[in-house]
Amino acid sequence: MTIDFDKLRGEFPLLKETTRGKPLIYLDNSATNQKPQVVIDALNHYYCHDNANIHRGVYELSERATREFEKARVEIQTFINAAHSHEIIFVRGATEGINLVAQSYGRSQLKADDEIIISTMEHHSNIVPWQMLTEQVGAKLRVIPISDSGEIDIDDYKKLFNARTKMVAIAHASNALGTINPIKEMAAIAHEHGVPILVDGAQAFPHMPVDVQDLDCDFYVFSSHKAYGPTGIGVLYGKEKLLEKMPPYQGGGDMIESVSFTKTTYNKLPFKFEAGTPDIAGVIGFGVAVKYLKAIGMQNIAAHEQDLLVYGTQKLSAIPGLKIIGTAKQKVGVISFVLEGVHPHDIGTILDDEGVAIRAGHHCAMPVMERYHIPATVRASFGLYNTNADIDALVKGIMAVKKVFA
Amino acid sequence: MSALRELYQQVIVDHSKQPRNFGALDAANHSKEGFNPLCGDRLTVYILEQAGSIAKIQFVGCGCAISVASASLMTEVLTGKSQAEVNEIFNDFHQLVTLGHDAVLEEKLGKLAVLAGVAEFPARVKCATLAWHTLKAALADDAHTVSTE
Ligand SMILES: Cc1ncc(COP(=O)(O)O)c(C=O)c1O
Repeated sequence: MTIDFDKLRGEFPLLKETTRGKPLIYLDNSATNQKPQVVIDALNHYYCHDNANIHRGVYELSERATREFEKARVEIQTFINAAHSHEIIFVRGATEGINLVAQSYGRSQLKADDEIIISTMEHHSNIVPWQMLTEQVGAKLRVIPISDSGEIDIDDYKKLFNARTKMVAIAHASNALGTINPIKEMAAIAHEHGVPILVDGAQAFPHMPVDVQDLDCDFYVFSSHKAYGPTGIGVLYGKEKLLEKMPPYQGGGDMIESVSFTKTTYNKLPFKFEAGTPDIAGVIGFGVAVKYLKAIGMQNIAAHEQDLLVYGTQKLSAIPGLKIIGTAKQKVGVISFVLEGVHPHDIGTILDDEGVAIRAGHHCAMPVMERYHIPATVRASFGLYNTNADIDALVKGIMAVKKVFA
Repeated sequence: MSALRELYQQVIVDHSKQPRNFGALDAANHSKEGFNPLCGDRLTVYILEQAGSIAKIQFVGCGCAISVASASLMTEVLTGKSQAEVNEIFNDFHQLVTLGHDAVLEEKLGKLAVLAGVAEFPARVKCATLAWHTLKAALADDAHTVSTE
């Protein structure tokens, strides 16, 4: 099946906006992406027709809300091929998913001098929760280096394991460099050492097929808002066996089975980890976004974005003085770059004036910037609705930048 | 003139490419590092204060055109100024880059008035004021790194 991506673009109302008097060219999809009409309609429909609290009402409306909510869980379960729907835990986003694992699994399983392996290319949200854990239990972080191209050498990774290694946490794809890490291989190595692996899928989930059983990762986290769904919702996938033995992360309503002042027993999975009233509309909207992605096909989306990556890399590398940061062989549609003599922040302002929205900064990955001895980069990141014409507009904008600083 | 062209007018681009009074000042009796964690801009301001006035002021660091040009212009304007004059210029400058064009302020601020256009770009106000906040902290001998966040 060939997909008409130009037609799909028309389904995203925000892309018809203008900015600074010019048509918007949106190239900041790693930060968040725009929403198709079906997702916006789903939120509207929920509040107009189905809104009630879930898992508690005896009345029909509450049952309806609960049914829609749980339908989204199953939609997401089958999308990432999880073995059970109760392995899908709704959280606020990738960040909360990692914090949940660090605090629940980490705090109950790690002791003084234990070690956690992460990599140099992690987003701050896959560094700081582990750092907080190390302070709480006296454990240590071990960091996998990256090469000049932004890749992990598997031998460097293997060397970090020892008897004290208790956790691996690694990005499936890097938001700052675009690198796709060999998760299946890294998970197998972790398991040889009896160590669980958490995968930060925030930048991979919206851009390629993800099969958590095939990857054989123990935890996988991702955010709805980076995958064409609403903000404020995300998923922690965890293997049943691990989730079962983990203590709750937060206490409150919904996560209990019974409460008395002498003893509280916890609810079963997934509710044990879903204290309080969740973002019901957000979950339903995310379910619709996933359905939308499924209909297009993640293989098709990945192929389309690879075409954009190839075209963009070729066009941008042809600009004198422009250097791409992150040239791994396997990349998602992210191009980070610096331009000789011009600070990324100035590039961002001038591109904005051309209607081109990109990100300028350290991308919440300050260790990556340090690794390349640069304060910041400009980053263009692609989504399913981008076209070669968007990249041409970016190139034209960079020419305008060069003129200002000529 | 478009807002963008005003922001990146020749004087600013020129100061950003060839900052004046650039380099560490060994004789300084006040110095301070300022940092904008959002964009990674980092600069250090060095001041030689004599008899309550700024005898010499220099800076080093890297940052965007706006932050470097603002630092460069600042060193030019503040050389020879008393603490009271520095405070007044600081306040006037801050007002100009946050509120925008103002004939009276621009007259008072002289060459610093080229930065009035920054007010059109709220995201860039912090760039224009980084050196200035760093200067203030240096004069106050504040022990912490200045952060815009
Ligand atoms: C690789 C990576 N991990 C985690 C996150 C955090 O996602 P969220 O802010 O949605 O929790 C991001 C967001 O930029 C990311 O790029």
